[in-house]
Amino acid sequence: MKRPIILVLLIMLSVACSKSEGGEPPEYTATPLSLDVPAFFQENILAPVIPITNPLTEEGVALGKKLFFDPILSADNSISCAECHAPSSAFTDTDRFSDGVNGVLGNRNAMPLFNLAWNFDERFFWDGSATSLEDQVFHPITDATEMANTWDKVISALEASSEYTDMFLSAFGEGKIDSLKVARAIAQFERTLISGNSKFDKFLAGELELTEAELNGRDIFMDETRGDCFHCHGNPNNPLWTDNLFHNNGLDSTFVDLGLGRLTGDPADNGKFKSPSLRNLAFTAPYMHDGRFATLEEVINHYSEGLQNSATVDPLMKKVAQGGVQLTEQDKTDLKAFLLTLSDDEFISNTAFREQ
Amino acid sequence: MKSIFPFLLLLATLGVSCSDDDVSGQVAAQVSLRFNHNWDGEEFQTSDFNTVGYANLNGEKMSVERLRYLISDVTFESSDGSSFTVEGYNLVDLTNEKGLSYQLSDSVPVGNYTNVYFTFGFDNDNNQNGIYPDLNTALWNVPEMLGGGYHYMQLEGKFIDSTQTETGYQYHAIRAVDNSGEELVFEDTFFQVDLGPVEIQQNSTIAISMNIAEWFKNPNQWNLNQLHSMMMPNFEAQKAISQNGKTVFGLEGVFQE
Repeated sequence: MKRPIILVLLIMLSVACSKSEGGEPPEYTATPLSLDVPAFFQENILAPVIPITNPLTEEGVALGKKLFFDPILSADNSISCAECHAPSSAFTDTDRFSDGVNGVLGNRNAMPLFNLAWNFDERFFWDGSATSLEDQVFHPITDATEMANTWDKVISALEASSEYTDMFLSAFGEGKIDSLKVARAIAQFERTLISGNSKFDKFLAGELELTEAELNGRDIFMDETRGDCFHCHGNPNNPLWTDNLFHNNGLDSTFVDLGLGRLTGDPADNGKFKSPSLRNLAFTAPYMHDGRFATLEEVINHYSEGLQNSATVDPLMKKVAQGGVQLTEQDKTDLKAFLLTLSDDEFISNTAFREQ
Repeated sequence: MKSIFPFLLLLATLGVSCSDDDVSGQVAAQVSLRFNHNWDGEEFQTSDFNTVGYANLNGEKMSVERLRYLISDVTFESSDGSSFTVEGYNLVDLTNEKGLSYQLSDSVPVGNYTNVYFTFGFDNDNNQNGIYPDLNTALWNVPEMLGGGYHYMQLEGKFIDSTQTETGYQYHAIRAVDNSGEELVFEDTFFQVDLGPVEIQQNSTIAISMNIAEWFKNPNQWNLNQLHSMMMPNFEAQKAISQNGKTVFGLEGVFQE
């Protein structure tokens, strides 16, 4: 007798916990999508950040990709996200400052877009003012120097397209379009932009050898008495090549752009900008937050002898009094050779990241 | 009623096993380490960063802009010589206020311990190159040309040098390595931090203090004018940092929860 009663109780519990049949329709779920994470990333760094409020789906990524390449988001239908974040340039702009819809120029160089799901503090933009990838999407669409649009106009334009209403329905289970869904879709697409197959990645995998110059460049990069680049830009155990933190790297003695300081209001943060990844430098010129350096040679010269002192210059800019780390011309050449091994040709030619 | 009793008994047993034990019957406790910081007794928090107003023993005014350090393998030692070690590590990052509280992954048997200690940094068995994804993510690595593995501490800031100029310092602790010859020569610079006797009778927090000023004081009076940069490949500097670290930590107290 004992067993039947226990079974009845368990069945009652089971029924009580299950959804009633014939009530609400089953909740729609799009097709789950897993990021194609390189094994080297999985083994060496933490798992990527995928918010539970915005899981990746095939339909969501497809919608985000279409939105990314569509000028419909801009006020006059003239520019898309890809206008300033071109796939061939590792999703940045070859211009120092990007043209907005009215020909107005911004004051910062567009940041490249890749490996964004591994920004664990989720501080985006040069000054960290966006606190998630979804949040980041909101800025350019309404910024007067970028797409200069309003969300009402964006939603109206998208709702007028049956293709978009179908895609939003497929991605989110409802055709009603709002700004959050736009942001979620674009963020999903951006999380798929993974770069992990550079020459240096292949070297680490034992697939090829580096030249003597490239190896010497790596040693300069990792040597605290020479380049000392690794404290901010990482090492072979971390494929991101950035700390995703904010530093004053000695560009100026006084600041036109306060960077992080404008956001926090703390004078100790003035002149601090996010460390960009060194991946794909072959495609991401010009360099620095304001695109002031057109070439890698200029960047290396800056750290070698061009540092400017200020109250907030990072302690890691340790030879600021001498202008920098004083590399020899040969070391500069070799350091550049190493830096270029971090560029990933397959990333910029990946058709999954191109407009179809 | 009679036939359902075993089921109810099972549920009751499950309920008891999931509830908190009362104090008197507790055989193991959850223990956390809490890391607090001071400058010669004056509380030091993240909000105190960037102020070039702290004098070291050598008389140099200095600031802190970054402070991260790693501790590992917390051990509880009994009077009979036996010990209980919770293997693992914790990266304390005062800069971003992360890791200030470290919940030990294993429960600790209740009892009176004659000493609780941890390792500052990693011992050599644990200090393997690139094996910890979270530390790789934090760029905590030491270059392979210096033997690889991980940093023990990054303490950075500015000081007023002898020309009255604000100058950066990078007081980084790693395993000491002499890289002047063909082969790397190492000397251990991790060390054991003894907190002394600790009584654990229930879930507890062990509060630990770091006196940042001590890093520049004892037994080596640090002269930042002479040595403020490029300490990682400096064999003698690493040994001196390790010597100074041994009086940096102290037990503030044990707080029962």
